[in-house]
Amino acid sequence: MLSLTLAGLELRNPIMLAAGIMGTTGESLKRIAESGAGAVVTKSVGIEPKAGHSNPSMIEVDCGYLNAMGLPNPSYKNFQDEIDEAKKGGVPVIASIFGGCSLDFSEIAGALQADAFELNVSCPHAHGYGAEIGTDPDIVEDVTRAVKSSTKVPVWVKLTPNVTDIKSIGLAAQRGGADAVVAINTIRGMAIDIESGYPILGNKFGGLSGRAIKPVAIKCVYDLYDVLDIPVIGVGGISDWKDAIEFIMAGARAVEIGSAVGNNINIFSEISSCMEAFLEEKEWTLDEIYGMAHEV
Amino acid sequence: MKPVNAVITKIVDETPTTRTFFFDTSFESIPGQFVMVWVRGVDEIPMALSYENAITVQKVGPATTALFELEECDSFGIRGPFGNGFELRSEHILLVAGGVGAAPLAPFAEKASLSDIAVTTLLGAKTKGELLFSERFEAAGKLLVATDDGTEGKHGYVTQLLAGIKNYSQIYCCGPEIMMKRVLDMVVPANAQFSLHRYIKCGLGVCGACCIDGLRVCKDGPVFSGDILKMSDFGVYRRDECGRQVKL
Repeated sequence: MLSLTLAGLELRNPIMLAAGIMGTTGESLKRIAESGAGAVVTKSVGIEPKAGHSNPSMIEVDCGYLNAMGLPNPSYKNFQDEIDEAKKGGVPVIASIFGGCSLDFSEIAGALQADAFELNVSCPHAHGYGAEIGTDPDIVEDVTRAVKSSTKVPVWVKLTPNVTDIKSIGLAAQRGGADAVVAINTIRGMAIDIESGYPILGNKFGGLSGRAIKPVAIKCVYDLYDVLDIPVIGVGGISDWKDAIEFIMAGARAVEIGSAVGNNINIFSEISSCMEAFLEEKEWTLDEIYGMAHEV
Repeated sequence: MKPVNAVITKIVDETPTTRTFFFDTSFESIPGQFVMVWVRGVDEIPMALSYENAITVQKVGPATTALFELEECDSFGIRGPFGNGFELRSEHILLVAGGVGAAPLAPFAEKASLSDIAVTTLLGAKTKGELLFSERFEAAGKLLVATDDGTEGKHGYVTQLLAGIKNYSQIYCCGPEIMMKRVLDMVVPANAQFSLHRYIKCGLGVCGACCIDGLRVCKDGPVFSGDILKMSDFGVYRRDECGRQVKL
């Protein structure tokens, strides 16, 4: 009862793995697929191999996590085998890709075989990439259009919340031909070690994820649903089935889970079965709760 | 958790390449668990606790080199303990330690000995001066030694000592992966536990950088049963900082 069609992809349930989580190796993606995820999104891959920022690259803070991984990736040239291995998990595999310009993006999308692409124009702490290009609607539109013309599979655009108006970026992605938008990436943040005065993250600042950002993400999804014709995929601070329901009611057609996987690798099947039980009890369908908060 | 400030109280030169840093904070941990040691401004790296309030470090890269420059009263940050640790589950145990791999096994030997478990340790190193924690293993039970150059004990690898040992029901192993792979190939896999080393990025089980066959070394490990490793990339390849496969 949770199955759906999302921008051309058939999903057994709307609970997907977010980019950057367990997504570097085909085996780890397969493990998540086998643990019940409706689809898996890979770690973002770029043109050249990249080691990422120095550690600490992720720490737990009072209300969530701060991370600045720095887009470590083996390059798309070394990544098809991982996608192929991940495919053995039996669910769609979405390749998250990043670049410094539309040519980078289309080179990667043109070379990789995946079920869809998620464009990372939203990483908040990578110089020359991510949010540095994803805060400009013209560039987002241009990048999206370039990828659309280099691949036949669906293209999703992952948005940064570190903007004045996320709707304008979502609309730009839609103009560029995006099949869906994903909201939100992490919110820029920082923590300082008071024993020494050092910023704790190796990159000094990073992105906040986890519980704290859920209300922000809900509002972004709610706003995007209002203005877009294409589906919105919700991500940000989901740690149980109630959070997932909330996102869908806000207007998310599906959701992605990131940080919460660390402490609960079985979260996908748990959320699916609890969602099913909830819908059954309420005598609602997934379609009926989709965007419900806009109708009441 | 954010890093805890650990002030160095004592530094002990264990061998020409390894040094123990005692600090003013104690961690309750299961031997085999690890902590993330943050050398401020340089890097943060996974390390075994060799005592409840110490790490034993081999100088190998930028972070460990920076650690070696620290003195008493200097400090670094520590997060942890993380991971699962060795599971103590029999009456006669055999420890196989190679080089700095002795660091998590020495406190484990002491813990086992306190629970009246018979401990035999096979300790290997390149040369006599690099044998780490011999006295601690000797005090906890029986010790057999091998050195690559024959300057102490058996002339050869620690795995050559293994062939002659029969009286044990569980093996605990930590050392270079090639050595551990040799051990795995010589024993009943389900009766052996191995502590793995991988490039660890988040340490929280989230990013997946340390995965071996889908298993997170930082969260599902770092200690794995041999029967799990038997079917894996263990001893074949690791991944670099970019996530590329690198032959061991």
